Amino acid sequence: MSKRKCKSNSLSLGECIAKAHMILRARFCHHLPGKPFGLEAQYKNLMDLLKQTAVQGESNSVLIVGPRGVGKTMLLKSVLNELMEMKYVKENLLQVHLNGLLQTDDKVALKEITRQLQLENVVGDKVFGSFAENLAFLLEALKKGNRSNSRPVLFVLDEFDLFAHHKNQTLLYNLLDVAQSAQTPVAVVGLTCRLDVLELLEKRVKSRFSHRQIHLLNAFGFKQYVEMFQQQLILPKEFPDGRFAQEWNQNIQCLCKDKMVEDILQKHFNSSKDFRSLHMLLMLTLSHVTVSNPNIRPTDLLAASRQYMMDSKANVLHGLSVLELCLIIAMKHLNSIYEGEPFNFEMVYNEFQNFIQRTTHSMHNFKKPVVLKAFEHLQQLELIKPMDGASLRTHKEYQLVKLLLDSSQIMDALQKYPQCPTDVQLWAASSLD
Amino acid sequence: MSKLDHGEYSEDRILLLKEKLICRDPQILTLQSILGEPHHYSYPSIFVYGHTATGKTYVTQMLLKTLKFPHVIVNCVECFSSRMLFEQILNELQGHSLSPKNEYSSYLQCNTLNEFVLLYKQVVHKQNLHNQTVYIVLDKAEHLREMDSNLLPGFLRFQELAEENATVIFLSEIVWEKFRPSTGCFEPLILHFPDYSKADLQKILSRDHPPGFSADFYATYINILLGVFYTVCRDLKELRHLAAINFPKFCEPVQKGDAKEEDTRRLWRNIEPHLKKTIETVYLREVSSSQWERLQQEGKEGGQLKGLSAHAHVELPFYSKFLLIAAYLSSYNPARTDKRFFSKHHGKIKKTSFLKKHEKTSNHLLGPKPFPLDRLLAIFYSIVDSRVTPTANIFSQIASLVALQLITHVGHDDQLDGPKYKCTTSLDFITAIARTVNFDIVRYLYDFL
Repeated sequence: MSKRKCKSNSLSLGECIAKAHMILRARFCHHLPGKPFGLEAQYKNLMDLLKQTAVQGESNSVLIVGPRGVGKTMLLKSVLNELMEMKYVKENLLQVHLNGLLQTDDKVALKEITRQLQLENVVGDKVFGSFAENLAFLLEALKKGNRSNSRPVLFVLDEFDLFAHHKNQTLLYNLLDVAQSAQTPVAVVGLTCRLDVLELLEKRVKSRFSHRQIHLLNAFGFKQYVEMFQQQLILPKEFPDGRFAQEWNQNIQCLCKDKMVEDILQKHFNSSKDFRSLHMLLMLTLSHVTVSNPNIRPTDLLAASRQYMMDSKANVLHGLSVLELCLIIAMKHLNSIYEGEPFNFEMVYNEFQNFIQRTTHSMHNFKKPVVLKAFEHLQQLELIKPMDGASLRTHKEYQLVKLLLDSSQIMDALQKYPQCPTDVQLWAASSLD
Repeated sequence: MSKLDHGEYSEDRILLLKEKLICRDPQILTLQSILGEPHHYSYPSIFVYGHTATGKTYVTQMLLKTLKFPHVIVNCVECFSSRMLFEQILNELQGHSLSPKNEYSSYLQCNTLNEFVLLYKQVVHKQNLHNQTVYIVLDKAEHLREMDSNLLPGFLRFQELAEENATVIFLSEIVWEKFRPSTGCFEPLILHFPDYSKADLQKILSRDHPPGFSADFYATYINILLGVFYTVCRDLKELRHLAAINFPKFCEPVQKGDAKEEDTRRLWRNIEPHLKKTIETVYLREVSSSQWERLQQEGKEGGQLKGLSAHAHVELPFYSKFLLIAAYLSSYNPARTDKRFFSKHHGKIKKTSFLKKHEKTSNHLLGPKPFPLDRLLAIFYSIVDSRVTPTANIFSQIASLVALQLITHVGHDDQLDGPKYKCTTSLDFITAIARTVNFDIVRYLYDFL
């Protein structure tokens, strides 16, 4: 009864929540070009530079460097958005977007450039001609132009460091060369997360680069982090149901003052300052918001944080069988005896046998092939790693392996293991030295 | 009452799903709430991990199917090259299947990730899918790591690259930390499918009880089965298989009339040794399941049959046997003891110096050591009583032992001049060989002195 009643008067509530989900999900997942946070100086710098190219016809090259998730693409997108609002620029500027993940070699990149510029040898979406022809054609097209009467081209190279791994760096050389000489005005904008990206460039390429770098660093404190958290969750003014939005926003403001929320955020702030980890946390929190729970509660955030912070290795250890756990303990003992030297299956089996002989009941008395199967399963889960790849040439039993777990991890896992036999627990705790 | 929300329309479907997939309620709920509604954006990439047979693929598949989301499920083991992966995704999106009519050619040709992104956009527009989330599920995603280096980061940020509402779901047994490339990537949302507890396993396994027997009777059987196997194996698939093949033996006394269904103790005494034997036979695939079933039908004792590993005996020529024995001796004995074992007049040896020193580990624990060809031949001549001329035959027998993988070549640098070998046979195998030529090998092994 109560359920039906609740449903009938919350029809609009359901719609409101669906709408809120849509807005917030787009914000967290799709990374809409919003106003960059705390990057005013960099924004102005980039804006001026691109305006010079788009309006004055100056050739420029710039690198935007910053760790992952700091907002490099967002910065560029918001600059371009503002730039495109100018009518003259919109008609005049050509954009070419390349990504190091997609254009894995120069041939593909060249075709992509030709395609995006819609040059004459493009029919539909297909580009014709060999690599040399394409390059010659493109260079000629770029060289023919001059500062006054040809349209400027903006090249955006996402994952710039991957372009530096191309053979001879031909593409980079040619782009930067055009940017240096008085030909068609081009702006080359590289986005990368590697601080040492200039070391990757060849000397001739490096000398043609303007060495202008824009560094994006997460230079903000915890107070701003909380502010950002609030900003990300607040519903915009255009939200159709005003009352719902108001209530929601009020709730968010209350949430930010909550002590528990602050603790959680502090923990996340200490581990990482980037937007993406925050977005992931918010996304997990948002997934708790339903009709029966229309507001975000501190406990939702706590649950999301728990899910985010989960230790994956502990989860894997939790699912092992008792036999596999025994082998891990044997390996832990071997590690402490031989100080991290690699070991093979025979040694592990020997250690395991020693344990079985010491215990009175023969509950864990398995034949060797059964133990070997458990050992192989551990290897399949990549909890142990073979030392050298030559697996075919040595016996399975004598292949040297290394344990990829810390002894504290093992002990923690043992504490949480459901119905762990007491003798196994005692064995794990007993160290031989 | 379900806590589900904005998707009222899907509530009954989820309930239906929950009946089908037991013990996975929290996982279904989390996954469903993250996926959201079709026209909502979902997180660009989701990484699901958990042990074998924890329902990763099944839950994802059933959820996407019941919610009627457009999705593609691809197994990365099948698609071992990136081209096959791309083409299969496009084919499935287009609803194109390989058949003799189209000469098993795919719908579109696609070689690089760049082309794939372009073609993907085309196909999505053609199929009118651009206003809802398309899910690409990559099963056994650990194999993506061995493919092109741009593939994994590319799929992780596929939504951004394709500028389409797409979500890529990775399913794997291995934790995310082992996937992360050295230069970093877009971090996916990580979900964990925990292992089934013993009670869960009991519940799931009890569901497929055969008709003709009461549910309680089958549940007792499962309980006994778990009691034997649970310490060794938690794999649901394996347990289910073992339950299926051993059940006829369990209900045999009931059918014969020796015991009633409630006679749990008697049934247990009947089945337990049988199940224990299964661990060493069927579980290790020593005896195939069909052989096992045949044995049960004939009423023979399980384990009478020789397993696969019992057939390991190989018939070799006389000299090959001695060569192999010599190889074993030179692999497992330290070179300094050769004089003591094999030369007839080794002069005076101080007894104390030869007493086995306390070594930390024996050679049979550390594995075989490499030895040069000369040492092998020297030991060979000393253990063969008759005079053997080092003909081409002898050397070709060494080469053929290498081809049979009874000994292996160590280090590929030198084929002719002073090659080194290692013996890869087990002690059981070599003692069996030595017995056929009346050679007491244990007397010559340093470890057993």
